[in-house]
Formats: sequence, structure tokens, C-alpha cells
Amino acid sequence: MNVGEREILKGIDLTVDAGEVHSIMGPNGSGKSTLAQVLARRESYNVTEGQILYEGKDLLEMKPEDAACEGIFMAFQYPVEIPGITNAYFLRSALNAIRRYRGLDEMDAMDFLPLLREKANLLEIDEKLMNRSVNESFSGGEKKRNEILQMAVLEPRLAILDETDSGLDIDALRVVARGVNAMRDPDRAMIVVTHYQRLLNHIVPDRVHVLVEGRIACSGGPDLALQLEEKGYSSMEAVARSATPA
Amino acid sequence: MIAETQQLANYLPAFSSFRNEATGRKLPWLERLRENAFARFCEKGFPTTRIEDWRFTSVSAIAHAEFELARDGSGLVSNTQIVQHGMKDTACRLVFVNGRFLPESSSFEGLPDGLVVRSLARQIAEAPQTVEPYLGRYLNIERDPFCALNSAFLEDGAYIHIRRGAIIEAPVYLQFVSVGNGRATMNHPRNLVVAEDGSQAAVVEDYFSLGDSATLSNAATELVAGDSTVVSHYQVERESLEAFHISTLRIQQGRSTNVASHSLLIGGGLVRNNVHPVLAGEGGECLINGLFIGKGSQHLDNYMLVEHRSPHCGSRQFYNGILDDRAHGVFHGRIIVHKEAQKTDAKQTNRNLLLSDDAQIDTKPQLEILADDVKCTHGATIGQIEDEALFYLRTRGIDEVSARQILLLAFASECTERMKESAVRAFVQPLIESHVSQMAHMSGEATSAARPQREGELQ
Repeated sequence: MNVGEREILKGIDLTVDAGEVHSIMGPNGSGKSTLAQVLARRESYNVTEGQILYEGKDLLEMKPEDAACEGIFMAFQYPVEIPGITNAYFLRSALNAIRRYRGLDEMDAMDFLPLLREKANLLEIDEKLMNRSVNESFSGGEKKRNEILQMAVLEPRLAILDETDSGLDIDALRVVARGVNAMRDPDRAMIVVTHYQRLLNHIVPDRVHVLVEGRIACSGGPDLALQLEEKGYSSMEAVARSATPA
Repeated sequence: MIAETQQLANYLPAFSSFRNEATGRKLPWLERLRENAFARFCEKGFPTTRIEDWRFTSVSAIAHAEFELARDGSGLVSNTQIVQHGMKDTACRLVFVNGRFLPESSSFEGLPDGLVVRSLARQIAEAPQTVEPYLGRYLNIERDPFCALNSAFLEDGAYIHIRRGAIIEAPVYLQFVSVGNGRATMNHPRNLVVAEDGSQAAVVEDYFSLGDSATLSNAATELVAGDSTVVSHYQVERESLEAFHISTLRIQQGRSTNVASHSLLIGGGLVRNNVHPVLAGEGGECLINGLFIGKGSQHLDNYMLVEHRSPHCGSRQFYNGILDDRAHGVFHGRIIVHKEAQKTDAKQTNRNLLLSDDAQIDTKPQLEILADDVKCTHGATIGQIEDEALFYLRTRGIDEVSARQILLLAFASECTERMKESAVRAFVQPLIESHVSQMAHMSGEATSAARPQREGELQ
């Protein structure tokens, strides 16, 4: 696919089944975040070739809100601040949009509060922050935990975590990982995009894929991540260049 | 010049018959006030766009229309039409139809102690000595022909007096209904608010239309805030798209006062709202908080002139504009810090969202600083609904139109959050929401604003 004139992803073949956690690793500029954004349906990203099937449906035909209602959730690498709308109001609106889509009753503020409280505690987020505007003046760690909080409330069937560990100290990392692991489920798939192996000690993947220059250079089990840490991405780059394009 | 005189020729007979019938015509000071004002108006005529203060707003449609001075409006509207769309939890409600007080629709039940609220005409007739020290002392008829015209035709509106030390919790609610009756009419409501030392009060002026003829509401309010008073004033303009609306709020602030002026411009075809506070006493604070939302071919002009005339005063001005279709917004923010106003702290911000290619905003800060120890900042932004924010909401399942609406309301809430009185917030919030819901369309689609306003349909 390309963004404007630039081709970023040059060939990806990937299958993720329900219940699985896949990790996408790669050096900066390899296209990891781009892949995540395509899955979340950012409209400025054009897919020039290929297909994405989500639960048998054509994902590329879906608008971002449809993909979300169908059960896709992306935790942003750089969550935006939205002054003037509280975290609580925003999350309840989102949940109700998805519930409406699924033919369920909407939750009013009274019913929503205990649910929000429960998930906020899990992620060690102060309840008071829920009455602040979305991500407003949140620290990096708070923003990332807020993404996972949203994931916990919206209960997606495919969660894409875009460099959720970047900028986190070890304590924040543990809290985030705990939240993510609590959501592992046979009916749920996860794609964890990360630059560093460290996160994968806490969120152990079933499969690891290495993205180099827009292609998957190789795939393997969790120990592939450890190998990468030892040898670095440059060891993969040689492999990528010699590998036949997907 | 001759053309201009010809336009004004319509006003001569109107003024002649008015001054011979108007309340208070036998009071020499009032007679002089009206005559001077009319002479001044004739001298200057309506402003053209060659005048700096009117550079972005052409009033030639007003200048060329032949407005009749509105007759008394009783019988033109029913009580239900008026009451239906009003504010709740008020200290009292005064209704004016075409600028004339309508006692049968007004309500003074449970008027709090220390608050006097009456029709200005009645106050002039019964107790002119209470009005004379203030009326016409502050409004600048030299600079603004519309103010001159209002003073020439000054007769009725609200007289509000808050006794020394009185704290009035609920807002005073003034409804100004413009009713066309197949003919283009003009009305000139004049309000006088006097808050004696140490008092606190809130006043809401609500302008709306019934019927679909062209109307010109040319309103002026003088607000005199005594020492240590806390006063909030709200201007809500939600007249029809055929309405012309010119309003001026002239505030005179004493020592240690805290005055807030809020405006919400959502209605009217051509609107110019002037806010002119003078910080005359030390330690005064002034907040100006404006929200304007334009669609179709509305023209919404916000003019403010903050005069710092005394040391240690602070002023904050925040104007947010949302413009769609071919609407045109204007913000002209003037601050004058006079020589004696040392330690002035003034801040001005104008933020604008343009929702279509043809929407337009002219934003002009104008700082004139004559003192040498002051803090004065200003800033303006012009943008669109943030793509990142829109995408973020959509990835959580919120559809594009709802997401746009949420973001527009979030932008508007920056203004409503500054409104201290919860009764007022409760009143304006649904007005804003209904207005915005008509605008939160997908980019590229026209709004329903292209539809002409039907009779009785309120903004």
C-alpha cells in the first residue's frame, strides 16, 4: 500500500486466528505502524494490491467506525488529546455506538459508571481522570493505560496495539501488560506491534513476525524475539533483502 | 453623500412623529438627548465599509431598506409562542415585542428583595430622576451611528436596579421578540442596568423572531457596575435569517468589579454585536466570552473595545467561531490601554473552525497601548475539525457525522464552560446542540440551512 506517493508496505501475508497473539517487530520505518493504521482503516492510506479478510469480511470495504463496530480496536501509539469531551462521556458514547450496532440496549450513565470504575482500577487509573477531557494533560504512561482501558471497556475481537510500550517505565509496562493479558481469550486475537523485545517478556506472543522495509522478513515463535534482541535488526535486513517477496 | 441623505430621509418623518408622542418628551434632558442623537445620526449616516470599524461588514442592506418604526406588538403574538422557548429558573421575565414592554406576558412573581425591574418607559414616566444620572452618559453616539439611532428612538426596554449589597441569585430574563407583519420594521430597545456598590446579579437578553418579514433590532444596553460588584450579562441572538441585529453593550466598571459579558450568536442574517467595557476603577476584572455559529449566508460580526483606564485591571476575551456554508464571521478585538492604566493584564483569544470551502472569517486584533508597564497578549487560530480527533473517535465506533458533532460541541463547550450561571447554561446548551446538529454533516454536503425559515420556527 502507499501513502500519497510513497509505497510503504510492499507485501504482507499474515494470518491471525482467534485466541492468538501475534507480534510484529521491526526497525523504525519498516512499516509497523502503517500496518496497524491500515487495519484501523485510516482513509489516507491506500491499499494498492491485496485483500484483508476479517472474520471472512472484506476489511478494506469498511469505514473506521464500521471496523470498530465489527470488533476491531487499535491502541494508538500517539493518542490525541480532545479538549471539551470527557473520557467518561467519550467512552460511553463509543460503547453505545457499538452496542447499538450489535442490537443491544444502550447503557446510561448510571449503569456505565461501575463498569468504568472496575476497568480503571485494573489499569490503576485514577477515577478523577475520567472526568477530564480525553487524554488532556495525560502523561505518556497515562495515555497508554487509557488506550488499554478503552480496549477493556469495548471488548474487541481483534486488538491492535501500536507500540503500546514506547515511553513506558517498567511499572507502567507491568500494569499495561496485566491489562492486556487479562483480555486474552479464545475468541479474541491480538496484534502487538513493538520495536523492543522487552514488552514480549510480559505479553508472550504465540507468533513473532519481523517487518523489514515493508515486508515480513521472517516469522517464528517467541524465541525469535530473543534472537532479534541479541543480534539486532540488521541481521534480519540481510535476510529480508535475499528473501523472495511475498 | 446625496444618496446617503436620501436614505436617511425615511427617518425624518419617523423621528418627527416619534418625538411628539414618546414617553418623557417633556423632560428637557431627554428631549436634548434624543435630538442630539438624531442630529448625529443624520450627520454620519449609516457606516460604510470604508470606516475601519465596519471594514468587514456592509450594512448597505439596512441603509437601503425602508424600515418602519415598529408599532406596539401586543396582539401580534400569543403568549404560548413566547413562553414556549424561554429560560427557566429566573428571577423574573420581561417580554418586549418590537421593543415595547408587554406586561401581560411578563412575570415578576417572587421578585427578590433589592431588585427593581421595570419597563424603562414606565421608569422614565414615573421616576425620571433615577434614570437621568445614567441614561446616555456612557453609550458612544459619536462613534457609532447605530447607537445614535437607538438614542434618538430611545423609549422602552428594561430598567434594572440592584440595591447596594444585594445578591440576586437567579438571572433577570429579558425576552425581545421581533415580529414582522408583512412589512420591514425596526425597533430600538434600550436597557439600563445599575448595580450599586457590593451587589451581584445576572441579566440575560434573549432575541428571537416570530414571523418572517425583515426586522431590524437595534439594541443598546448601558451597564453601570458600582464598586465591588459582580455582574454577568448574556446576549443571546437567535432571530430568523431575515433579521438584522445590531446590539451594543456599554459597560462602566468601578473599583474591584468583576463583570462578565457573554454572547451567543446563532441567529440573524446580518448581526453585529458590540461589547464596550471601560475599566474606570482600579482592580477591575472583565471577561468577554463570545460564541458565534454561522451557516447559510449568515454574517456574524463581533466587535469589542476594551478600555483600560485605571491601574491594576485585568481583562480576558475569548471568542470562538464555527462557520459553515458561505457564512462570514468577523472578530475585531480592540484593546486600548490608556496612559494611567499601569499594571494592566489583558489577554485576547479568537479561535475559529471553518467547516466548508466558502466559509470565511476575518479576525483582527487591535492593541493600542499607551502605558509602559502592562501585559497584553492576543492570539487567533483558524482551522478545521481536527482529522486526528475525528479518526480517533471513529476508531472507537462513533460514526463520522456524530463524531463531527461531538467535536463541534466540544469546541463550543469552551465557551459555555465559562458561563457561571447554571440556569443560563441549561438554556443555551440545547440551542447550541440543535444548531450544531444541523451542521455536523459530512464534508462536501450542504446543510439544511439552504431551506428558508418558516414562520414561527425558532433557531
